Amino acid sequence: MARSFSPKIVTANALIEGDVIYLCADDTWTRDLQSADVITDETDADVRLISAASQTSVAVGVYLADIELHPDGLKTKHFREEFRKLGPSNYFHGKQAG
Amino acid sequence: MYKYNDFDAGFVAERNKQFRAQVQRRISGALSEDEFKPLRLMNGLYLQLHAYMLRVAVPYGTLNSGQMHQLANIAQRWDKGYGHFTTRQNIQFNWPKLPDVPDILDALAELEMHAIQTSGNTVRNVTADHLSGAAADELEDPRPYAELIRQWSTDHPEFQFLPRKFKIAVSGSAQDRAVTRAHDIGLRLVEKNGETGFEVIVGGGLGRTPMIGKILRAFLPKADLLPYIEATISVWNLLGRRDNKYKSRIKITVHEHGIDEISKLVEARFKELRPSFNGADQSLFDHIKPAFAAPAYKQHSTELFEQNYSNDPVFRAWVDTNVMAHQNVDYGIATISLKAHGQTPGDASAEQMHLIADLAERYGHDEIRISHEQNIVLPHVHKSDLPAVHASLKTAQLATANIGLISDIIACPGMDYCALATARSIPIAQQIATRFDELKLEHDIGELKLKISGCINACGHHHVGHIGILGLDRAGVENYQITLGGDATETAAIGQRTGPGFSADDLLPALERLITAYLDLRSEPKETFLQTYRRVGATPFKAALYPERAVRANAA
Ligand code: HEM
Ligand code: SF4
Repeated sequence: MARSFSPKIVTANALIEGDVIYLCADDTWTRDLQSADVITDETDADVRLISAASQTSVAVGVYLADIELHPDGLKTKHFREEFRKLGPSNYFHGKQAG
Repeated sequence: MYKYNDFDAGFVAERNKQFRAQVQRRISGALSEDEFKPLRLMNGLYLQLHAYMLRVAVPYGTLNSGQMHQLANIAQRWDKGYGHFTTRQNIQFNWPKLPDVPDILDALAELEMHAIQTSGNTVRNVTADHLSGAAADELEDPRPYAELIRQWSTDHPEFQFLPRKFKIAVSGSAQDRAVTRAHDIGLRLVEKNGETGFEVIVGGGLGRTPMIGKILRAFLPKADLLPYIEATISVWNLLGRRDNKYKSRIKITVHEHGIDEISKLVEARFKELRPSFNGADQSLFDHIKPAFAAPAYKQHSTELFEQNYSNDPVFRAWVDTNVMAHQNVDYGIATISLKAHGQTPGDASAEQMHLIADLAERYGHDEIRISHEQNIVLPHVHKSDLPAVHASLKTAQLATANIGLISDIIACPGMDYCALATARSIPIAQQIATRFDELKLEHDIGELKLKISGCINACGHHHVGHIGILGLDRAGVENYQITLGGDATETAAIGQRTGPGFSADDLLPALERLITAYLDLRSEPKETFLQTYRRVGATPFKAALYPERAVRANAA
């Protein structure tokens, strides 16, 4: 039996703008968490991570982040990911609106 | 102010050209991120949570108005309209885009600024007392020495791959405003038998293993400065641990080998090195020194100042709190608070930077300083100009009279920006400042240094805060640990942990209990928080922070 695996997404920063980005099912990147591909299988996660990390002219600092599936959409588990998604909490930099 | 010579200008231009090509090669894919990362870090470019971050050096915190205008221009053109001034007397831009960075560096170079050695395992930006050249208690301006060290250390071939970063601070006053005891090397100008020289302190530092520096040489003749520092760094370069990043700083080397052993090795190395410094450093110093001459002070009546001081209580409060004594009795040193209640400590908008630059030009002999406490200083303002300066600052939310008070908080960027953070620090600082402003207690509380870091790296100096706050991650939730009794001055001390951390919601009430306890405990209104803490010890403060424990202990 496989160990229980909590769902994950692949995330990184965009090379040109530095923005937080998420990997989609077709290996392209999105800035919208809700469009991210949710990975539920551990082997799949490793493969996706390696292939994402090979896109070095698009993304930097690729890693896996835990995610929860809610009826109203995806929610990252760790508060760090919330800040990455929303932008800094001391200014309204636009991302917060989205 | 020090002006670049042709060599300096050519060197920076050449570096920028190289980096422009490196950025192009990274974007084209010719360089991988692994290859590019050390190159960008050599030029102060980090990747943070949301974007790249460019750290620009402000050597010993000194700027002129043109440079400040240029920083504002950069914030406007390539960033989101603001910059963040740090405890290292640097400014950080939080939102540059990679392809724009070479242009930003060129814009900096136009006015003799750069981002070289603001990262990496090298000698970092040399910091100094922000009141240098102006403070009434100054023995000598430390900045010419800081500039000498900067020139010697920039691109020094032996010191580009040190075991870890290396930080040097210089102070010229008895009162230590440069935190010399928490630097890898702290230099304090002291007098002995009518001669000035340096007290050399080594092995201080914050971060994971905070330590107060030890005296390596009680008196170093000024002419020996560079060979002695070179000897110290080269001893550490050999002994410093490269096997473990967390044990690589010189503080650990000093701790592991003992100050006596280090001192012996440094003195021996110094003897070897001394002859090779054949006077070139001294002629360089003679060339540097005049650039730091005092400005041409103006002769003018101070009557207008006195009138305003007696008639305008808001102006008086600002002067009493934000203006320090100047060497010239007709002058004052005006500190501009970047800590308006509820704002992000250390941030200045482009408009604010432009305004400050204008004030420096008009009323401040064109001089500006960045303080390690994340404020901006106009070091030379004639008293008769202070009312005009104050009036102008008021229009831009820059006239908060809170220097040295509870809301003058040092806060690192924390989880709002920093990739290494374990918790936020800015919103905590905002809450504390807003709350104590509402309570109208802060002037009554008096001098109190509150400092916050968002992780153990301690960029916010929390270890040396009278009250230090360290943000941690406890099972995915922000948690804040309090330390008490830290001190960044000549009586430096590392604060002591009080007990378990507080949640973000429980922290503010805990701090209020702590401050109330201090107000009850102090022997007279003049006794500061730190003095009270030193007199009565930690116990009553812990009882205030953890009342439920005190109750339990009483019941037992
Ligand atoms: C945002 C990017 C930053 C990163 C990645 C960063 C990283 C670090 C790290 C890793 C350390 C620990 C070094 C060690 O002990 O060997 C450290 C220490 C320190 N940093 Fe930062 N820092 C950042 C921003 C800042 C800022 C904004 C400030 C000023 C507000 C600052 C000032 C300092 C200071 C004063 C220390 C501790 C002093 C010491 O080295 O002993 N840093 N930083
Ligand atoms: S203390 Fe930690 S969170 Fe704060 S700036 Fe330094 S590295 Fe980042």
